[in-house]
Amino acid sequence: MTNVVATNQTILVVGGGISGMTAALEAAECGKDVILIEKNPSLGGRVAQLYKYFPKMCFPTCGMEINLRRIKSNRRLRILTLTEVTSVTGDTGNYSVTLKLSPRYVNENCTACGACANAVTAEFDNEYNYGLNKRKSAYLPFAMAYPQRYVIDSRIIGTEEASKAKAACPVNAIDLDMQVQELKITVGAIIWATGWKPYDANKIQPYGYDRIPNVITSVEFERMADPLGPTGGKLLRPSDQKEAKNIAFIQCAGSRDRNYLKHCSRMCCTATLKQTTYIREKYGDEGKANIYYIDIRAIDRFEDLYQKVKQDPTVTFIKSKVASITQDKSTGNPILNGVNTEGYQRYSTPYDLVVLAVGMEPSVDFTQLPINITLNESGFIEFDPKNGGQFAAGCASDALDVNRAVQHATASSLRAIQVINKVAGAEA
Amino acid sequence: MSQAVEKYRNTFLREVEANVEEGQWVKMCMQCGVCSGSCPLGPHWEHPPQEIFMMIRANKREEVLTSSSMWFCTSCYNCIARCPRELPITHIMHGLAHYAQRQGLAPKELPTAKFAKRFWDNLLKKGRVNELQLGLQLYFMNGLAEGIKTSLKMQKVGLGMLKTKRMDPMEALGGHGCKDIKGLKAALNKAKQIEETKAAKALERLQSKS
Ligand SMILES: Cc1cc2nc3c(=O)[nH]c(=O)nc-3n(C[C@H](O)[C@H](O)[C@H](O)COP(=O)(O)OP(=O)(O)OC[C@H]3O[C@@H](n4cnc5c(N)ncnc54)[C@H](O)[C@@H]3O)c2cc1C
Repeated sequence: MTNVVATNQTILVVGGGISGMTAALEAAECGKDVILIEKNPSLGGRVAQLYKYFPKMCFPTCGMEINLRRIKSNRRLRILTLTEVTSVTGDTGNYSVTLKLSPRYVNENCTACGACANAVTAEFDNEYNYGLNKRKSAYLPFAMAYPQRYVIDSRIIGTEEASKAKAACPVNAIDLDMQVQELKITVGAIIWATGWKPYDANKIQPYGYDRIPNVITSVEFERMADPLGPTGGKLLRPSDQKEAKNIAFIQCAGSRDRNYLKHCSRMCCTATLKQTTYIREKYGDEGKANIYYIDIRAIDRFEDLYQKVKQDPTVTFIKSKVASITQDKSTGNPILNGVNTEGYQRYSTPYDLVVLAVGMEPSVDFTQLPINITLNESGFIEFDPKNGGQFAAGCASDALDVNRAVQHATASSLRAIQVINKVAGAEA
Repeated sequence: MSQAVEKYRNTFLREVEANVEEGQWVKMCMQCGVCSGSCPLGPHWEHPPQEIFMMIRANKREEVLTSSSMWFCTSCYNCIARCPRELPITHIMHGLAHYAQRQGLAPKELPTAKFAKRFWDNLLKKGRVNELQLGLQLYFMNGLAEGIKTSLKMQKVGLGMLKTKRMDPMEALGGHGCKDIKGLKAALNKAKQIEETKAAKALERLQSKS
């Protein structure tokens, strides 16, 4: 059983991505008690699923590492993974929150030796790689996962597989009797850092994501480019595992479109510019990137990256929102159809691989949670005094890059600290 | 050309906004091109919709109103369904075609314009479209020889329709109308009046502004 001490001077942070980790750490390092909950088995969020991140093109492991060091050296921060909020009642300075803790079936004894994974055979879609490959039913979510503890997939509980995993563990870390647990806590302020999710590409019917194997999403492309990813860092076509060298990117796949997401997701242009550098990195002058866009929105200092990519002769920009994608059956090549706004020529151009720069939407449908919070038209949390002691951090508030998400998280942390200080002042 | 018309031309977008059905949407186009790419008749147009919208904004009055492009629209609504800004593109195209016709600038010899005119005249007679008469008129639209050829080609279909009582040959002689044809005509006249007053007012506004 997990026990947690919390009072109305505690800050609850929901979501352990870069924003949640930042908000939690900033508050904890200011001496506040913080509980950080994450629904997945590991912290890291979507940044941990990138190959590199702009503007400096560093590896996410680097940013993760710094935060993990801060986490490990802080005694005021309590982390609960596999945990979600089921209800919130009360008001500023005094919220009563119910948490649901799902079992990991692996306790603190785990040394991440991997013996359980070797013992099992059942495999499931690998969530970390957006289902591009499979993982074992006893698994470490990814190399940098925190906590560094294996997970037993609940779908094998009660089967022979689970017993095999348990028997293989040399340190008696597997506890198959763990149950779902409900926990009621009191906190003074809540920071929602639940982040974003990629827009469901299946809804963009004319682009055939559901029908054409060589049409993938930008988040899948990130995993493909990663040497630790499902293809070992090779840009392989899902249809025939051949290397894709002539690659098209479709911007605003879901964004800025009243049929899908009305808002501009803001990051997708820069993400695509970044992804063209992956192609250059793999193939030099042999690779080709073709960007179909309405207009390139590389905000403020990302303009530098845009200018740099524009200089690259292997990158072509086509001003056009692609109307439809069809498939050349004999080659498996997706064919982009549309009209080029610069000259109004009609095109039907085949590529090895097409990457949809899908939009970002709130990962949580807050209207479905029993909480009272102001949302904007797109479902992101709006800053509103009526929200009381509840604040958004990072992409829970808007489609943001890491830099802006972290700034926003720090600001939210300050707001939450103010709430806690008031509570403390009143009680002193 | 009168001075007024010269002034008028400089403000073609405003002219469109004032006179063309749904014309106020033209300025909302962000030139993404998805309408043009989604149009089944795309390869046959002189100017795809996105280009027409840009031409309006570039003051190309003559080129737009004399273009055959709008007359190619078959009202499949693909463009409206796909437009990321929900512009009523189909309606704007028909609005432009109609406006060009009213201005006497629409190109002659357009089959869709011919059809539209016959459909309207036919409807006005009795308040109902007489399909038999309209069909025959269309067969003979391009001359006697072609009319006979088309009639012979369609013979089987016609006989089939007769047999299944989907067509009444007596309709060719006059056919039945709606209940209150006088009332209908009055309503249509009134509508025309309203439209003309509106257009005149818009013109006045435009001229006073420029
Ligand atoms: C294709 C692509 C490439 C990108 N590349 C870059 C880049 O190179 N550089 C850059 O700066 N930005 C990039 N971004 C943007 C970047 O991904 C975001 O800025 C970043 O993920 C924001 O972090 P976050 O913590 O706010 O949200 P997230 O990363 O989404 O983290 C949210 C966390 O909350 C957890 N959570 C969700 N719901 C709940 C719940 N109900 N209860 C508990 N926990 C929950 C999630 O599991 C997750 O761990 C890219 C975006 C895209 C689409």
